[in-house]
Amino acid sequence: MFEAVQKAYVDAYEGAASGLPGGSIPWVRRVRESGLSRFREVGFPTVRDEDWKYTNVRPIAKQPFATAVRDGVVVTGVELPEHAALESHRCVFVNGHFIPDLSRLQKLPDGVTVMSLSDALRQGVAELETELGRFVPDALHGFAALNTAFLTDGAYIRISDNCSVEHPIELIYVCALDGEQPQVCYPRNLVIAGTGSRVAVLERYVCAQQDRYFTNAVTELVARPSAQVDYYKLQQESARAFHVGGLFVHQDRDSTVTTNNIAMGGAIARTDLHVTLSDTGAHSTMNGLYIGAGRQHIDNHTQVDHRVAHCTSDEFYKGVLTGRSRAVFHGRIVVHQDAQHTDAQQQNNNLLLSRDAEVDTKPQLEIYADDVKCSHGATVGQLDPNSVFYLQSRGIDQDSARSMLTYAFAKDVINRFAIEPIRDELEHHLTLTLLRGKPVGEPA
Amino acid sequence: MLSINNLHAAVDGKPILKGIDLEVGAGEVHAIMGPNGSGKSTLANVLVGRDGYDVTGGQVVYRGKNLLDFSVEERACEGIFLAFQYPVEIPGVSNLYLLKAALNSVRKHRGLSEISAVEFLKLIKEKIKLVEMKEEFLHRSVNEGFSGGEKKRNEILQLAVLEPSLAILDETDSGLDIDALKVVANGVNSLRDEQRAMIVVTHYQRLLDYIVPDKVHILANGRVVKSGDKTLALELEKRGYTWLAQNSDAAAAPSAGV
Repeated sequence: MFEAVQKAYVDAYEGAASGLPGGSIPWVRRVRESGLSRFREVGFPTVRDEDWKYTNVRPIAKQPFATAVRDGVVVTGVELPEHAALESHRCVFVNGHFIPDLSRLQKLPDGVTVMSLSDALRQGVAELETELGRFVPDALHGFAALNTAFLTDGAYIRISDNCSVEHPIELIYVCALDGEQPQVCYPRNLVIAGTGSRVAVLERYVCAQQDRYFTNAVTELVARPSAQVDYYKLQQESARAFHVGGLFVHQDRDSTVTTNNIAMGGAIARTDLHVTLSDTGAHSTMNGLYIGAGRQHIDNHTQVDHRVAHCTSDEFYKGVLTGRSRAVFHGRIVVHQDAQHTDAQQQNNNLLLSRDAEVDTKPQLEIYADDVKCSHGATVGQLDPNSVFYLQSRGIDQDSARSMLTYAFAKDVINRFAIEPIRDELEHHLTLTLLRGKPVGEPA
Repeated sequence: MLSINNLHAAVDGKPILKGIDLEVGAGEVHAIMGPNGSGKSTLANVLVGRDGYDVTGGQVVYRGKNLLDFSVEERACEGIFLAFQYPVEIPGVSNLYLLKAALNSVRKHRGLSEISAVEFLKLIKEKIKLVEMKEEFLHRSVNEGFSGGEKKRNEILQLAVLEPSLAILDETDSGLDIDALKVVANGVNSLRDEQRAMIVVTHYQRLLDYIVPDKVHILANGRVVKSGDKTLALELEKRGYTWLAQNSDAAAAPSAGV
């Protein structure tokens, strides 16, 4: 299926390869070609693949998307999210390309490197040679393979050992494509948090207008021993766009990584989160919130690999769906044979606000060790009419009552997001945008 | 204040209220008593406009307006308050948040501005004393993990904050031990005034020792079969509901239609 489209991508690569950043450096070429050969081998996934059973990517795979180029990028008129309360170091990418003029990296503390991946590739940063592509699993799906083949720009973030970064580092990907010609961006990020370092990174996808385009993103995140990383992925693509993203997390001994995976945009949006706990004492918290409306399709596939003993993982995903939207949650926990004393928890709760909304939730535990503590739970429910009535009987109109209860449902996962402006933004989205009710605020 | 005239109502197509007549004036406390299934709770739910309670006949006039035309929230904003027999638990919505949202809705309806955070907290701190509630309860989710007594106190707290014109207490005494009952009754008594009417729905006379009614009505088989002053409740307590059955056609002929 889609062979002609597959060939178009391969041809596009052949034509573009030497012009891509670092295209003359042998190892860079090797990385890209490993991606290309994987893509040739597996192509696009179909619903016959177990991991894509509920997500049909035909609308994405039926036509080739041209790579969005840097030339002609209009940087004016692009509205960036502004939070008065959020002080951050900021990297802005338009159509997948780093735009220094919109970025704000002057105040980076010592010990922190934030640079565009294309610059890092051109300069031949040594660490990239050993680390780039190392943390994506071998059995990659075609989209991630395609990202590797076309990897061009994104962020390379390096936090030195024992360096604590006070303000979050924001990576903002803005798509400003008119949608007349189908175009794709391939954001690629590599974040390495050195031993004992501490950092928060916020990766955000937004659009300049509600057009159709395709974002195919991959992020590799490495937490060295005892590093503490708070990672956010905030996906707010155009409601007509396609988004396929991979977040591959590798954790060393005693590291703590919290991923906060928030999906609100996209016509079809899929995120693969893959966490590997590679040495003892590592802890992973996986928080997720997906909010679907209209005819959106939002798919989250998560996998945590407990490879060694004494690691813990705690996964908590919630979904709120209205209209005819559909969501998929697949949470896989693999406890390898040597991973004794693993503690792995997983919870997925869904709230359906309309009759036509739908969710498929699938917990999957594979346990090969015998002394472990694992649990999982999944629920799908609706707003309790008794609660709505109770609030109405206190004078609160029905829309506001539904808003309050929807926010109340999502609140325990939202409260896990450490960055307050993100919490405020989600409250606003849930109560004002999603239900078109009145904004409600917590009393001081 | 409230005038109920030949009210008929059905639940799931089954007639429950079969011609209720009731006049409640400002400042009055009316007790409604009756055996299980007599329609007491149905009457309370019809007055607040709960879904599934279908009015099939009659009129309810509240402060000169046709109450049945109003939505649930409009009735609340117009000053009708029901203290529920079984208050729901609402995880994720704090008590304080609910109180503020409710108060502001009612204020907005009355053309008042939103209450300031400072004023609101001052008001709440004063009101929780009425029901002897600890401040920590304000920050907990509405009724979540509350004991039966705490839930009922919480209802009375909402009543105290919203200051309705007509308060309906639906079996507020059920499930309360004597100490909790006294706290709840004291809270209610402190809210009695000349402008406010109350309808106290109860199965037992016990509550009426503490909340002394001006009038007592006995409901049986969807009708008011007997009305009187507070002594009626005492008589009923002494002689039991079977005494009524012998005295009332309505109660004696439960299969009689409307």
